[in-house]
Amino acid sequence: MRPFTFTKAQDIHSAVKDISEKEHAKFIAGGTNLLDLMKIDVMQPQRIIDITGLALNKIEETEEGGLRLGALVTNADTAYNEEVHKRYPLLSHAILAGASPQLRNKATNGGNLLQRTRCYYFYDNTTPCNKRQPGTGCSAINGYNRMHAILGASEECIAVHPSDMCVSLAALGAVVQVEGPEGKRAIPFNDFHRLPENQPKKDSNLSENEIITSIDLPPEGFAENFAYLKNRDRASYAFALVSVAAGLQINKEKIIEARIALGGVAHKPWRDKKAETLLQNKEATKENFQKVADTILKGAKGYIYNKFKIELARRSIVRALMQAAKKE
Amino acid sequence: MATDYIGKPKNRIEGRDKVTGAAKYAAEFHEPDLLHGVVVSGAIAKGRIKNINTSKALELDGVVQVFTHENTPSLAWLDLSYKDMDAPPGDPFRPLHSDEIQFNMQPVALVVAKSLELAKYASHLVEVEYEEKEHDTKLIDNLEKSEKGIGLRAGFEPPKSIGDFEKAFDSAEVKLDLEYFHGAEHHNPMEMHASTVIYEEDGNLTIYDKTQGVLNSRHYVSMVFGISRKKIKVLSPYVGGAFGSCLRPQYQLFMAVLAATQLKRSVKVELTRPQMFSFGHRPITIQNLKIGASPDGRLKAIHHSAYSETSRFEKYIENIVNWSAKLYNCDNIEEKYRVVPLDMYTPLDMRAPGGATGVYALESAMDELAYKLKIDPLELRLKNYTEEDKSQGKPFSSKTLKECYRQAAERFGWENRNPEPGSMKEGHQLIGWGMATGIWDALQMPARAKAVLTADGKLEVGSATADIGTGTYTIMAQIAAETLGIPFENVTAKLGDSSLPFALIEGGSATAASVGSAVKSACLKVAKKLLKEAGKLKNSPFKGADLEDVIFADAKITDKKNAAWSISISEVMKKREIDKIKKKYALIPNMLKQNKYGRNTHSAVFAEVKVDEDLGTIKVTRVVSAIDGGKILNHKTAHSQILGGVVWGISMALEEDSFMDHNFGRFINHDLAEYHIAINADMPDIDILFVEEEDHIVSSVGAKGIGEIGLVGVAAAIGNAVYHATGRRIRELPITLDKAMGLHTAKAEQI
Amino acid sequence: MKKKITLKVNGKEHEVNVDPQTPLLYVLRNNLGLKGPKFGCGLSQCGACMVLFDGKANPSCLKRVDEAAEKEITTLEGLAGEDGNLHKVQQAFIDEQAAQCGYCLNGLVMASVGLLSENSDPSDEEIQAALYRNICRCGVHPRVIKAVKKASTS
Repeated sequence: MRPFTFTKAQDIHSAVKDISEKEHAKFIAGGTNLLDLMKIDVMQPQRIIDITGLALNKIEETEEGGLRLGALVTNADTAYNEEVHKRYPLLSHAILAGASPQLRNKATNGGNLLQRTRCYYFYDNTTPCNKRQPGTGCSAINGYNRMHAILGASEECIAVHPSDMCVSLAALGAVVQVEGPEGKRAIPFNDFHRLPENQPKKDSNLSENEIITSIDLPPEGFAENFAYLKNRDRASYAFALVSVAAGLQINKEKIIEARIALGGVAHKPWRDKKAETLLQNKEATKENFQKVADTILKGAKGYIYNKFKIELARRSIVRALMQAAKKE
Repeated sequence: MATDYIGKPKNRIEGRDKVTGAAKYAAEFHEPDLLHGVVVSGAIAKGRIKNINTSKALELDGVVQVFTHENTPSLAWLDLSYKDMDAPPGDPFRPLHSDEIQFNMQPVALVVAKSLELAKYASHLVEVEYEEKEHDTKLIDNLEKSEKGIGLRAGFEPPKSIGDFEKAFDSAEVKLDLEYFHGAEHHNPMEMHASTVIYEEDGNLTIYDKTQGVLNSRHYVSMVFGISRKKIKVLSPYVGGAFGSCLRPQYQLFMAVLAATQLKRSVKVELTRPQMFSFGHRPITIQNLKIGASPDGRLKAIHHSAYSETSRFEKYIENIVNWSAKLYNCDNIEEKYRVVPLDMYTPLDMRAPGGATGVYALESAMDELAYKLKIDPLELRLKNYTEEDKSQGKPFSSKTLKECYRQAAERFGWENRNPEPGSMKEGHQLIGWGMATGIWDALQMPARAKAVLTADGKLEVGSATADIGTGTYTIMAQIAAETLGIPFENVTAKLGDSSLPFALIEGGSATAASVGSAVKSACLKVAKKLLKEAGKLKNSPFKGADLEDVIFADAKITDKKNAAWSISISEVMKKREIDKIKKKYALIPNMLKQNKYGRNTHSAVFAEVKVDEDLGTIKVTRVVSAIDGGKILNHKTAHSQILGGVVWGISMALEEDSFMDHNFGRFINHDLAEYHIAINADMPDIDILFVEEEDHIVSSVGAKGIGEIGLVGVAAAIGNAVYHATGRRIRELPITLDKAMGLHTAKAEQI
Repeated sequence: MKKKITLKVNGKEHEVNVDPQTPLLYVLRNNLGLKGPKFGCGLSQCGACMVLFDGKANPSCLKRVDEAAEKEITTLEGLAGEDGNLHKVQQAFIDEQAAQCGYCLNGLVMASVGLLSENSDPSDEEIQAALYRNICRCGVHPRVIKAVKKASTS
């Protein structure tokens, strides 16, 4: 590992000030992704600012009746939190579908949002990668792209975001609260991560000098009708090839609201709000679910090794919605 | 007898050392001022190093030296000197020898520093400029450049044909012509390859090496560096998994010895996990099976051919196509084997090399034949059961396969199977039952052992073999204790030390039969001496007695006919004033006797899978494996060996795939997060049984060796079960969910 | 830049003079000579390096040594009693033959000890979940599950 300086931030304000003033600086909390990338020399920050001392480690009610998840609460504490478990079981299930208990004990909610892609080429310094080294090219497009994107990719990058937790947060319509030198702002979850376009280096719309303070969940948690389905290459300890977070509000056999987010298919958790509306006032039937799946995947594009993901996603959406509707 | 140990499920001797952390592996030996070496891996598959700049690394305080091809002294100039005991034909790779790059991730420099962290940091600062040449790593594109798979190599049997395949195939009523593939695999033992070289003042070297053969490592170091063997001691008391990966000395040994001898300091070099993908893999094969049969299921003709990978500098060969003539009663068999030189490192023996892949194809094809003939797959095997090795026309030294089939089928409940694919279902889960046969060689190799009995009743046995987790320490002690009839606790087993009596590399499932038998014979020599001494006692009833006349048990020598004639071993030694009896034995396999027989282990494997009908996810839920492995020396360690083999089979069938990106000629999923192997959550219920028959032709201890047989056949059984579940024949490993869904990409793209 | 750091390992305090960024695993193995925790990947992908931090099992290869200074660290060497009596998990691993080559064993034992301290009677699924990321290449997993079960009832 290359040498770096290490300081501990005392409060949010000074943390933000610190990072704004220094070059090549990075915040660290759980460090479960940053440190391994530093060890293999993929990331080379020169300054590390430890934010684990900041007061962002609570889960509390929001004024609107939702739940505020502190950025430094660990994934494990979030998944097993009684309120989360009761009101947002979709989130608990998604967290528990990913990572090991040991990692979940360490990884924080803010860090989960900011984890990097697991693209092999991003991890291998000897191969071109626009995300690691802009302008060098994308090795995955004509390489081994089994794990890669089928939606929203660009000619410059076909990497996917690896998080399970974020897929459920997208479905739930969470809001990310951040703070920077210019003050605070709230970013709807769907706008937090971005598509690669011609700037794959950037994973999210968080600016380099901003810090995530919390993730706010809206009051509606889809606790009655939900499912998190994850397909992977072994029974556990593998990132999703395709995952689906589904939430339904059903009243007298009619769907009032549907939420569908996909993981493992794009540079960000994929949510198609327009397609979701197709299910409004419809019955929870396989045929209706198939229609919405077709709509979501209309623009999907596969590469040599991941074409199967389109059909897998289609079937997974239907399966997850059927499970959420308790039809199976 | 209280001192009967052979066959008993004794706990492994070194268990306590392993659970307390007292067991030390190659990288765990330390001494003050030890230097750490980190290897810099190359970034291209073929070409030359135009420029290598080490100045930034050397500027760091604490970096002692950076070795590259430019400052490595000229060593042995004969390629032959680099040849180790397991080297295939060809010219072995010579690390840091020249500017030529022969394969991707080739070691190009060694950074040596005072601490590991510093060496790692400095390794990032070494700048290498390359001149790239066009490389070729794709097997399927180069079949026309293939060479005949033939050459001299220990354990290698050239393909052999019997009868007239063409004619028999032409006239067969039922015919199949099928192609099979599988991906490359890497051994990935949990312990990464490491060598710690302790440099002593007089230039003597003590080397703690991760190896399956301390004598192989010593030989290599001696030949390459021109150091007398007497000045080199290689130790390897514990090996954190091997599976073939350290049959050959790997480049970390070269690097550590180079640095130690040049700097005259002690040096440790440990590879990184990505570097574990830089030397040797189970090669990809493209196999063709043609089978001709009669409508009632008699095999008339079998053609088994394979194309496989090798490097440009060595010709790696293994036994892929040689199994059908040993497994089935068929008079017309054609075997063909060709290898294709490519720009990669030489493939490397990996658990059941050749057998794991060749039998996969053969046993998958047999299942296809059973369906084509509408005969139960087990019945088809029984119909073509052979009592002789058809390739040599010789009977088997022992064979319990028929009983393995019967017992495993019964335990599995095979008779309740509905043969119709897709006929068994639970919710979305399609249930499939499949079976296959496994076969491997029962080998015995030359080996020496010593046994030293001391007056305090303690016995030490030793041989320069290895225990790679297989249980060698424990069975050596069991054999010794029972042979001399002394308590197990009084026996110490020594291995992994080049100063011990000669043993070959620990591989091919030959250790129990070879070293085990040598230990037994050495102990028998001690027994003979004891008996002779007992006979010299006053009024001794043992005067002139032979070993056949007495029993060594419960720390006593007792006359077989008259139990009252008994004397304790310690009394004999005391009365005859003997401190120590030391005997050595050199085992040379009796080839004259052994060559009259076909010598193999077998297995019958039954597997159940559940496949999601929409999503294609596959879970192996049950495996029953019955093993024909001769006498089982320790039911606990043997069970673990087979268990591990079955887990490997699951892993091979469904998960393992080292993916070569041909654009770069580089394995790209080179870590444990993306190179998938079976993990805890993948584990099914695994039921293992042994159908024992002592085989005294293979070894005096009756064992046939069981390290590989547990794996062979498992992947085919799982593939056949997937067919039974889904009705889809997937002739390509690993069987991932996309393939099970019928959506997989074309093979040409894959390999 | 080297710094003096005091670590509390297996009930004893040790002062080491190291760069505070050094992974704890390196310090345990190279400075304190504790070889129980194993180096299997260095990237928190295999579980071989697990130690207990205040009773919870976690990989030590991605833990900075200065961060570890605040914790009570237990390594494999610290499990057995001073009288040499093995921890019940260690004994169960021997009896159930859950060791083959022994290299991943540290992680499996430590993760199991961590699990049993929180859940004294885990189901097979809970054991599998707790050992989710402990890779074993010898394929001894079913015996490990048996061993943890045995330890939980002993």
